[in-house]
Amino acid sequence: MNILELKYTIPGDDFTRAGEASSAIKRKLKQMGFPPDLIRNVSIATYEGEINSVIHANGGSVSVSIDDEAVTIVIEDTGKGIPDIEKAMQEGFSTAPDSVRSLGFGAGMGLPNMKKYTDEIHVESQVGKGTKVTMKCRMT
Amino acid sequence: MTIRDISKLLNCKVLGGDDNLEHTVHTACGSDLMSDVLAFVKDQAVLLTGLLNPQVVRTAEMMDIVCIVFVRGKTPSDEVVKLANERNIATLSTTCSMFEACGRLYADGLRGGVLV
Repeated sequence: MNILELKYTIPGDDFTRAGEASSAIKRKLKQMGFPPDLIRNVSIATYEGEINSVIHANGGSVSVSIDDEAVTIVIEDTGKGIPDIEKAMQEGFSTAPDSVRSLGFGAGMGLPNMKKYTDEIHVESQVGKGTKVTMKCRMT
Repeated sequence: MTIRDISKLLNCKVLGGDDNLEHTVHTACGSDLMSDVLAFVKDQAVLLTGLLNPQVVRTAEMMDIVCIVFVRGKTPSDEVVKLANERNIATLSTTCSMFEACGRLYADGLRGGVLV
């Protein structure tokens, strides 16, 4: 049974607002008293996903559901999709524009960081249709 | 080392978070690449950076970073300082370069974080 479900829209037109959803999720998890390590892992994975959907897909949505066993994060967009997921998972591989690099992102660390901080990650993508990333952080 | 110690070592101007100056800092990270900051777990860390956008504060927030030092005499906008204040993150500005700032803190005993 789910203890909590949260869903936020990620606005795509304003990079300065990227991270608002992750911030709200983090504060909610803190309020509920989850362990700091779990909160940090969920926050980082969500934040990187949020940044990705702003950079590559003009925004999307993030949902977080929590049950007794895990925190499940789903980040979805209707952007241009990822042609080669295996390549996208490699550290350093990036298709982000230079404008994003000057802001401190786009170095090809997004998906690798999301993998690093979660226990499970599943990326589904269709070119021209969009991407769905599902991640799980287990409670123990 | 406390945030006040860092402020003294780097001759910082305190931009926000005066109430947090006695907080202890255990580790430090110097980077203009926020994704690299997100790749290291640190405990009670300070972030040194030359970037000034709100994503610096967001990144610090996600990593539980307690203090941001803006290097090379840069000062972020009031909105960025306000966002940091709201998240209880102290903000300092130093005229030191990144290299100089990191070197001074390292020489005084501060160390880097742990690779995941």
